[in-house]
Amino acid sequence: MPTTLDQIYENSKAKVIDIQGGAGIRQRLSQMGIHPGDTITMLRYGALGGPILIEIHGSQVALGRGIASRVIVEEME
Amino acid sequence: MRIALAGQPNCGKSTIFNNIAGYKAITSNFPGTTVKYTETRTHIFGYTCDCIDLPGTYSLTAGDPAELEARRHLLSEEVDVIINVVDASLLIRSLELTLQLLELEVPVLLCLNMMDEAQRKGIQIDAPKLSSLLGIPITPTIATTGKGLKEIFIEAVRVYEEKKRGKTLKFSRDIEAIIDELVSVLHSEWPVNENVPSRFLAIKLLESDEFFVKEIKAADFLSRVRFFQKKLEQIHGVPSDEVISSERHALAMNLFEHASTVIHPPKKDIRIAIDQWVMHKFLGYLILAAVFYGFFNLIFGIGGYIEEPLMELFDRWIGQVEGFFGEGNLSFFLSKGILQGIAGGIAIVLPYLVPFLIGLSILEDIGYLPRVAFLMDVFMHRIGLHGKSIIPFILGYGCSVPAVMATRILEFPQHRFIVSILTTMIPCAARITIIFALVAFFISPNAALAIFALNILVVAISGKILSTFYPEASLGLILEIPSYQLPPLQNTLKKSWYRIREFIVIAWPILIVGSALLALMEYAGVERYFNWFLSPLTHLLDLPISVGTTLIFGLLRKELSMIMLTQALGTTQVLTVMTKPQIMVFTVFVTFYIPCLATIAALWREIGKKGALLAILFTLSVAIFLALITRIFLGVLF
Repeated sequence: MPTTLDQIYENSKAKVIDIQGGAGIRQRLSQMGIHPGDTITMLRYGALGGPILIEIHGSQVALGRGIASRVIVEEME
Repeated sequence: MRIALAGQPNCGKSTIFNNIAGYKAITSNFPGTTVKYTETRTHIFGYTCDCIDLPGTYSLTAGDPAELEARRHLLSEEVDVIINVVDASLLIRSLELTLQLLELEVPVLLCLNMMDEAQRKGIQIDAPKLSSLLGIPITPTIATTGKGLKEIFIEAVRVYEEKKRGKTLKFSRDIEAIIDELVSVLHSEWPVNENVPSRFLAIKLLESDEFFVKEIKAADFLSRVRFFQKKLEQIHGVPSDEVISSERHALAMNLFEHASTVIHPPKKDIRIAIDQWVMHKFLGYLILAAVFYGFFNLIFGIGGYIEEPLMELFDRWIGQVEGFFGEGNLSFFLSKGILQGIAGGIAIVLPYLVPFLIGLSILEDIGYLPRVAFLMDVFMHRIGLHGKSIIPFILGYGCSVPAVMATRILEFPQHRFIVSILTTMIPCAARITIIFALVAFFISPNAALAIFALNILVVAISGKILSTFYPEASLGLILEIPSYQLPPLQNTLKKSWYRIREFIVIAWPILIVGSALLALMEYAGVERYFNWFLSPLTHLLDLPISVGTTLIFGLLRKELSMIMLTQALGTTQVLTVMTKPQIMVFTVFVTFYIPCLATIAALWREIGKKGALLAILFTLSVAIFLALITRIFLGVLF
């Protein structure tokens, strides 16, 4: 079931389905190597609604919750 | 011939550059250390090579000013060879930039850097295979140890001589058809900027690159571009920029699959365990506090230990000078002034500056700062700023000038404006020296900590106030968190030396001359005019009238305020002429008031004349206000 990137459990993997929002966000994320079809590992949530930390293609990226909520993902087993 | 080092942030361009240039470009382990280019001249096989170290850029699509600077250079047609530095452990993402660089139609060679890191991650790269797929030479390197660096420049010369260009890797057929159509339209209709290859331009237009789209003046041409974008969107069902970036991503993945094998899963090393603690929701903040508290005490411990005996020594010498020349004559004043200037450098500034800069370099090089950005992001947003702003702020503790320049990593001009002004209020190494040598030394380390705490609070409140004038919903944090690195000690020391040298060759002579000048003014009796001019301020803050001149000198270099203080007061035993509350008020004022000349110049460049002026007025009012509050508050207490 599709959900957003800020909703999945720590240490679980998810597949990017779509990135919502303007070209700005899409381009920034694609530069970090995040595109539809890619697999993301959720590493941790920051305190007090702070950023999340994910792993994508072997690099670690911090994303604000606002941005994470625009990344539609499907959780993988 | 001109060689440009281009690559994604934090892949080691500056480290390679420094290897041939001597230490010229600051390196650290966070993305975006280099925000403007550095150039050096070197000789390879009889060629005079100008080598340029460019700011890191994730792609060649318009981004923040630092990235635009890199792109501007690459498109300037003055670059003969591009050395594309790549973090081999992040090959897929890095190749996306490589593909764009190949579209520039300039000879490119690939420098597969951080091979050791790739190995640790279990990635085995077949360099000859990749080389034949891309049609460019590839050299594996490990920049931190210097491995392979010589070969890369030899290869660069060879590529230059052969004028060898790489292959242009093709997208899917339908996309290529549209690119071809657009290219032919560009050829016939648009008076294209000569420097920009038309295929590159066509792709960037399809990607709605802000910069190039703005270049299009004629509305009917813009609508033709839109027509092609629409066509792409109809076929693929997603926005045209996404079509292109997905294609490029697929090409990069394809290259990766063909030219490398993952032989084992990444080794679970200690660094992952460290992050479990360092980036933890709760422990992370405790560690952050402990790191900075420990750092603070270490500097104070070392500095205080050295300062005391040295000051005693210089005091004795100044006493001897008095005995030698007799009091009150010109040679006494002059030699006293010079001696105090020298003493200020050796005994007051260097004991704190050296451990501080070495400590800062270590924190930068191991990669702790991006973690701090991660932890602090939520607080930065509370004060209306972007999480990445923490990096200029932390750099501000070293020197305000690079801090102001580091605001180029922020995308929105209004953020740059606010952060530039705020970052000048962060005490730089010079002001930290003052806080240590005056407050911690004469009052107590806790009083000094209180000033740092007050500073952070004031910067936060100022951020909140300034950001209300610029309400703009910001894009949230997108920041790469690089792996920890154990940098060779040599690099860290070289960097510290690079920064310490700046004090020794630039600031210290100014200190000595300034100190002599003040002594002469004292001799001629003119310093009282300055003091008289500033007397409303010193009176308001209940400070000795003689500190007036030191505040003016402080505009040149912040260290001068401190060193001149002992000079102006006529004794190094500050406590005999100033009360503890007075020392606090003075330090608070000096911490916040008007940035030094070099910083004002940097502000002028980055945010314009008006911005610089606003920064001066804003910091001056904040300083007066806070110093006054401190005076009243401490007056009630003591």
